[in-house]
Amino acid sequence: MSGDKKIQLAVEHSFLKKGGAQKERVQKKSAQKANSQEADFTLAIKAQLPSKGITAIYGPSGCGKTTLLRCIAGLEQADHSQLHIGADDLGALPAKQRQLGYVFQEDRLFPHLSVDGNLNFAWKRRFSDNGPSKQQVIAWLDIEILLDRKPDQLSGGQKQRVAIARALLTAPRCLLLDEPLAGVDSKARNPILRHLETLAENLSIPMVYVSHNLDEITRLADHLIIMDQGRLVAEGPLLDMLSRLDLDVTRQESAAVVLNTRIVDHDDRYSLTQLALSLDSGVSLGSESDAQLSVGQLSGEPGNTVRVRIPSRDVSIALERPSQSSILNILPGVISEIESIDGARVIIKTEVAGQAILARITRKSMEHLQLETGKQVYLQIKTVALLSETLN
Amino acid sequence: MNLLASDITALWLTLQLAAVTTVILMVIGAPLAWWLSRSTSKFSSVVEATVALPLILPPTVIGFYLLIAFSPDNFLGSSWLALTGQPLAFTFSGLVVGSVIYSLPFVVQPLQSGFQHFDHKLLEAAETMGAGTLDRFFNLIIPLTRRAFVTAALLGFAHTMGEFGVVLMIGGNIPGETQVLSIALYDHVEALDYQRAHWLAGGLLAFSFALLILLYGFNRHKKSGVKQL
Repeated sequence: MSGDKKIQLAVEHSFLKKGGAQKERVQKKSAQKANSQEADFTLAIKAQLPSKGITAIYGPSGCGKTTLLRCIAGLEQADHSQLHIGADDLGALPAKQRQLGYVFQEDRLFPHLSVDGNLNFAWKRRFSDNGPSKQQVIAWLDIEILLDRKPDQLSGGQKQRVAIARALLTAPRCLLLDEPLAGVDSKARNPILRHLETLAENLSIPMVYVSHNLDEITRLADHLIIMDQGRLVAEGPLLDMLSRLDLDVTRQESAAVVLNTRIVDHDDRYSLTQLALSLDSGVSLGSESDAQLSVGQLSGEPGNTVRVRIPSRDVSIALERPSQSSILNILPGVISEIESIDGARVIIKTEVAGQAILARITRKSMEHLQLETGKQVYLQIKTVALLSETLN
Repeated sequence: MNLLASDITALWLTLQLAAVTTVILMVIGAPLAWWLSRSTSKFSSVVEATVALPLILPPTVIGFYLLIAFSPDNFLGSSWLALTGQPLAFTFSGLVVGSVIYSLPFVVQPLQSGFQHFDHKLLEAAETMGAGTLDRFFNLIIPLTRRAFVTAALLGFAHTMGEFGVVLMIGGNIPGETQVLSIALYDHVEALDYQRAHWLAGGLLAFSFALLILLYGFNRHKKSGVKQL
């Protein structure tokens, strides 16, 4: 059933951009008025988004991703736009009839209503009864204790949680989020990301998440669309995209790959948990012990799937398995691709148990070790960040 | 010492006129003020100036032109006559038309300024939740610009209560039909009946003062209380 609810979209929109910090906040009026001569920015995107999970739209500030989201929501009148969710054609409908939830960068809570009043505003106007209940949404976002407060009595993070809850209570076909963490201080971001993960597990509708923050995206997204200058650069499943050396995402300082792993065993003595990179248990037991990672002890059962993130800058390469090292995680791999970032640094892609891990090292080291594709190497991984632990 | 029956009639007529005028002004003033607060066209400053004209024009000038427009020889007067079978000049309906024009800026300007301070982004949020135009007007705009609406209504009402020049030109002085308080007051003064004139003048003064205290008190209370946009 979920297979035929794919979101298909094609947007073409030329408009006059406002300068400076307001680049992305193009006003409806000026956008409409601008004719093709005046327009200095063209958005032209055609994409198909999965019917489930989180699709992230990623790109630098001013690449048009917010405008794209506004066109999807019908808040911006694009020159040409098509939008299908499953068999439903939404392209010609005004925003109020598209039945899409929208979470804005700013919370946009109604200041005269309490939190509960804001939630009821959406609940009373819900598009169908198939959505989550009020109790469920309140629990997922942990806002029970805030219900009686007015928006001006909430912190930035709390406001945004209420805004997400409010958008969900209309029982939308799809939830659109426009950098919901942009205005939230860094301390409050983690809890919200956790809440969004909870939503992703519980919701049957897809989410579209616009962000220029790669960390947020690697944590949340299943599918990634990369934009630049109003165009689509690449799209695909997140895990594949994060290891594609032809994309800018792998050259960035914060570049990291995401791996799916499986809990093998707990080591109570050292409070560690062993994770296997190959997901199908039972098969190839012999080589399995080679491709394992140790992380701080997890609570999950053996067999559970765990998503981990490995930053490229925290991976170094050795030709022989180091025996005298404090680094626990040493994996054997085969170099599949080498790409230079700049004069000093290169990025090396290695295949380990069917998954890709990137290492960013200096060109000097690369030449010194005579690294080339096909070469067997050992990866020393300094940090493994846990992203999510989901039950099978 | 007592008010004359004719004064009571004039008071009642004035209250009716102010009430009807205020209702009409709120209905046409709100959309007009909304348009003015949002419009960027050059035409809007012409409209804005037209709305503000009664603030500076002598009421007798407005009254004079209205009187001419009300004549059955002219479009407004003749079409009104055709529609209702009654003339506009020297009738209560004529007074209402005159008062609406005369008090328009007192209603439109507070509303316009209220709407300008309204955060339009909230409307987009409501739109994505399926709220239509009227829904958004009644459930977001009115509650969030309540101060402007109260100010506009009170000023429109009070200003109509004190109307003189326009009424004199288009309404004349027909007791029970067009004789409002300020005209009755003028009559008393003309007849050198200063005692009755005091009653009416003092009453209007006290009423207007009380209304303004109510208005400013309400606004001050709102300012110190809930944080408004």
